[in-house]
Amino acid sequence: MSVGLENFLVVGALLFCIGLFVALSKRNAIGVLMGLELMLNAVNLTLLAFSRFTTSPNPAAGHVFVVFIITVAAAEAAVALALAISVYRNRSTVDVDQITLLRN
Amino acid sequence: MDGVGVTITFWILAVVTLGAALGVMAARNLLHAVLFLILTFIGVAGFFVLLSAEFLAMAQIIIYVGAIAVLVLFAIMLTPHAGRSNGETKMVLPAGLLALCLAAIFVFVLTDTDWSTVSTAPGVGVTGLGEALLSTWVLPFEMASVLLTAALVGAIMLARNPEDEIPEARS
Amino acid sequence: MPFLITDHWYDLRDLANLCNQVLSWLGDFLPHGLVYIIAPVIGFLFAFMLFTLPTQLYLGVLGERRLIGRVQSRLGPNRTGKFGVLQPIADALKLLTKEAFTPTKADRVVMYVAPILFVAPAVMLFAVIPFSHGMIIANVSASLLYFVAVSSLPVLATFMAGWSHNNKYSLFGAIRIVAMTISFEVPLVLALLGLALMMGTINLQDMVEFQRHFHIWMVVVEPLAFGIYFICVSAELNRTPTDIAEAESEIVAGYLTEYSGMKWGLFYGMDIAYAIAASCFAATVFFGGWSFFGLDHWVPPWIIFIAKVYAFYSLFIWTRATLPRLRSDQLMEFAWKYLLPLALFNIFIVATERMLWSKADFGRGWIYVFAVINIALFVAAIPIWARFIGYRPERTPTRARLVREAGGYVPLAPNAAQGDQR
Repeated sequence: MSVGLENFLVVGALLFCIGLFVALSKRNAIGVLMGLELMLNAVNLTLLAFSRFTTSPNPAAGHVFVVFIITVAAAEAAVALALAISVYRNRSTVDVDQITLLRN
Repeated sequence: MDGVGVTITFWILAVVTLGAALGVMAARNLLHAVLFLILTFIGVAGFFVLLSAEFLAMAQIIIYVGAIAVLVLFAIMLTPHAGRSNGETKMVLPAGLLALCLAAIFVFVLTDTDWSTVSTAPGVGVTGLGEALLSTWVLPFEMASVLLTAALVGAIMLARNPEDEIPEARS
Repeated sequence: MPFLITDHWYDLRDLANLCNQVLSWLGDFLPHGLVYIIAPVIGFLFAFMLFTLPTQLYLGVLGERRLIGRVQSRLGPNRTGKFGVLQPIADALKLLTKEAFTPTKADRVVMYVAPILFVAPAVMLFAVIPFSHGMIIANVSASLLYFVAVSSLPVLATFMAGWSHNNKYSLFGAIRIVAMTISFEVPLVLALLGLALMMGTINLQDMVEFQRHFHIWMVVVEPLAFGIYFICVSAELNRTPTDIAEAESEIVAGYLTEYSGMKWGLFYGMDIAYAIAASCFAATVFFGGWSFFGLDHWVPPWIIFIAKVYAFYSLFIWTRATLPRLRSDQLMEFAWKYLLPLALFNIFIVATERMLWSKADFGRGWIYVFAVINIALFVAAIPIWARFIGYRPERTPTRARLVREAGGYVPLAPNAAQGDQR
């Protein structure tokens, strides 16, 4: 009746794979961003699980890394959504299948 | 971590988080997908509390649920004529195959490896985190603030309405 | 010394003694771990059912309407019961028996979930508030952040409510409320950061201990933080003068347009519960919590705390009765241009003071010096910053003239012509 490191790691891995599927397969650009956020959350979970269950010369490294990932994810979400709005203004769609000007 | 309470909490949180992530994948309406995403964020914050990282759990809720999810909702609202469907592209089958294979590899490697774990590492409290951020990792800390400023300016420039500059309303 | 609060289980002046005794007695014959579920339930019953719900009904509904009525020269509700004491019960009965219809094209599931998502954070907020030395339900190590985190959840519920109605006025209300809330959250968190800096902790119980140790209230040490907190929290709670979300004269009822019956009642009631939670939080952090310069050794601390909460909530009611509503662009300008720089200035001052204090090894007298300096800076910074951004007060405010029959509360101007008096 105990919860070990592997439990947290498996949850993180499954969350990462679901996020990967969402990021690769959604048609809406905002859906792709949601998958990206799921992947970043899974990484945060894995980092904190390692920080909790293993010893290291820098015990706060996991927490500091998570702080930076959250920061960068917030900045990236803001810029990605601003890009999506800008693309919408020019093409009136956010469908990734129809934003194909750079293709051949 | 031993104990009935911890085990029950872990399994409930795991079911809620993974179920909500599957909801993001499977919801037909984009707005429902965003609501499931919010539930995923809250579930992950619960995991952070379970891992004795309470400051990060609160930061997760404030930043992800309180700011990023709201940002996504605003972006959905500012794109009114785009489709609100949460459908998939043509790449759904290869993506699904990739995700499934990756999940299998991950689960096998993670359960098969012999991690050298201790049952409780020395905890990092808020003071420990603060000291680490401002002594050992002060350079990335400052660079993160520069990054945020750059993202702020960039997002404002990208999302600004190009033609009509809204005249200042006098108060 | 006699009459000091003790640890005996029958000393009801600190209810935690009784609670711990009951829990240890229950833990003797219940399976292990079940006690951890019963303890929060007991805490919920005490904090929410016995304290918040009656306060919400009687101070929040009846007291507010009567006080606002008295400010506006009219009586409040006084028909139901002797002094209107049955008014909240009458309100609740009316809401329970109303038909709650949902529009045809509205999103039914989201519309059903939104009131639930609005109620949950209101109840969760009372879990970290210290009513006494041992009376906290959950002594989380980051309670201040817990408060900020949980109070950013109802924003999502109101947005879900506004969106799901399929009604453009609801959507307007939802957009305005979200924009306003996230704008006012930034100065709020910065003001609380200044507070956490000075006290050196983000745990609410440690903050009360700090104020008790130094015999000073933080409202005197950081008045700028208190002013910013008060304005921002009344914006977060959608109280007038910042209640553009539910502006009755502007957008029907905003995000509450299509809600009727008890769903509307939940939103309204939990609005008041959030205001009570914000008052509890302000009483803990700014006004010393359950301590009162040594009186808390004799008098039950939770009575002192409840008195402070009521006083602070009356401050909310007073502001609501007095000030008119601001326009939404005026609000945004106020938050970003005025409050945010003031909050940053506050952090700068507090950080400097804390550093000087740590050089002096945290001697006791320094904090009173800091209090005097901060009050002087507070009084100076507000008009100087306002002039700097360009707010100018009216030089010749016009006074209202009342009809002679009313007696006239304002003395008539001495150079008024005789002809315009009847």
